[in-house]
Amino acid sequence: MKSDRIKFLVFALVVLLIPLPLSGGYLTNVLIFVGINSVLALGLNLLLGYAGQISLGQAAFFGLGAYGSGVLTTAYGLNPWLAMVVVAVCVALFAFAIGFPVLRLKGHYLAMATLGVGVIVNIAFNETVELTGGPSGLSGIPNLSIGSLTFDSDLKNYYLVWVFALGMILLSLNLVNSRFGRGLRAIHDSEVAARVMGVNARLMKVQVFTLSAFMSAIMGSLYCHVMTFISPNSFGFHFSVEILTMIVIGGLGSVYGSILGALLLTLLPEMLRTFQDYDIIVYGLLLITMTIYLPGGLVEGIPALLRRLVPAKKVTEGSDA
Amino acid sequence: MLSLNGIGKRFGGLTALEGISFNVGKGAITGIIGPNGAGKTTLFNVATGIYPPSCGAVLLEGKDISKLPPEGRARLGLVRTFQNIELFGKMTVLENVMVGLHTQSSSGLFACSFRMPWQMSEEKRIRARAMELLDFVGIPELAEVQAGTLSFGKGRLLEIARAMALEPKLLLMDEPAAGLNSSETADLADLIKKIRDLGVTVALVEHDMDLVMDICDQLVVLNLGTMLAEGTPRQIQDNPAVITAYLGEE
Repeated sequence: MKSDRIKFLVFALVVLLIPLPLSGGYLTNVLIFVGINSVLALGLNLLLGYAGQISLGQAAFFGLGAYGSGVLTTAYGLNPWLAMVVVAVCVALFAFAIGFPVLRLKGHYLAMATLGVGVIVNIAFNETVELTGGPSGLSGIPNLSIGSLTFDSDLKNYYLVWVFALGMILLSLNLVNSRFGRGLRAIHDSEVAARVMGVNARLMKVQVFTLSAFMSAIMGSLYCHVMTFISPNSFGFHFSVEILTMIVIGGLGSVYGSILGALLLTLLPEMLRTFQDYDIIVYGLLLITMTIYLPGGLVEGIPALLRRLVPAKKVTEGSDA
Repeated sequence: MLSLNGIGKRFGGLTALEGISFNVGKGAITGIIGPNGAGKTTLFNVATGIYPPSCGAVLLEGKDISKLPPEGRARLGLVRTFQNIELFGKMTVLENVMVGLHTQSSSGLFACSFRMPWQMSEEKRIRARAMELLDFVGIPELAEVQAGTLSFGKGRLLEIARAMALEPKLLLMDEPAAGLNSSETADLADLIKKIRDLGVTVALVEHDMDLVMDICDQLVVLNLGTMLAEGTPRQIQDNPAVITAYLGEE
């Protein structure tokens, strides 16, 4: 328990100190998206890695958050913070309502149903042109501000996003190590046994689905205020799959795994720019290699790799002597 | 305690159970026996709400629970163990028992994520209670072991500890001795008697006749989905219909 606290504090400290030497450059900008993606990955990981329920529609909740805040603040001039709360609650209610029928399905059928939700929502962004601007996007979204402090630079936005992200990471850590988290993991291991133990599996699945939608919606709102411009492309099926890839690469059923996955998959395309047109091939090869050699994700793979390297070193030292 | 009134269960054209009616007496150990395919496990699944019955009613302490889902029945004190042990393999032994304490605690999504003070004290309470239960079945030293790595015998004990965590009025055990060696079976017999002495009614499906004859106060014999006989172990042993079902006709 105590070591978990220390781990989180170290992590939070690192997050808060990292941008200082970067002085608001390009990397700071990329790290804002690492923060957003971390929470999106974490939301899906609570659902898939802990409760064992897949969703291929996470980008839809992210998009609903972004468009909700975008439309309410531009067309209706609502206070952005108020809009964020209103939108997150509405998205959560929407997820709660569709959660009951959708989460009765299992496995591939659940994947198909959530995929369907994602596609329908994305079509709605494209087609409701008078509200969302359609395929050409929605621009002129204001930056967030507190009093005279306006979040208009990369450095300010970095802290804005990461304060939210750290809060949600802390709450998620609490959640997974509690009665609720144990219930989710029990459902994952054996739903029948969990129900016989008195765990209300149907309700808990919907609750965690709602929570993941809520987290995604908050990040969507932040995203629209950071970017000040949004278009439907950012919230399509492709992005839902990318979120899924993040947690598979990072580590299913691990809070920090979600963050590692988000970090890697957000930084990787930037780092691969040097390969120019071949970047997508290298990207694909790296993902394939990682899924083959690190089946438990980075969060299990890195310590395992270190363990393998450290004794090996000792052996060579021994043979030298 | 538990009354089954005319239970029938069909899977498509297959009749798995037909016209099953009997009472499980309060405070006693009732054994349900019968040859393979007699419908014993199906009967358990109907009693605990995993399958709905095709006809008939399940009554717990006179209350009709036929429509309740498994988790609803668990809350009323009807708890079961599984033939093939359904543990939460990726969780520790202690966490498995703590899931069993789910109904004895109430912290929800918000209390858990914000670590409310009452949630923290509840967590402490169920952790201590879970350790007591591991002591009760005799595996306290395994508390931090991953449940999936346990031997079959230890897994069975954990499953019983987890079931006892729900403070059952009636504990249904599906072949508790399956896969156990003879010394483990003897320990199991003592444990089941200890559970009965706590005032928990026990009903078990079992193939191990020595165990059944040793610990059961009352027996129900099923054959091909119907009830063949009911009575004390002595009566059942002398019942010609039962002998025929088990050994065939002369």
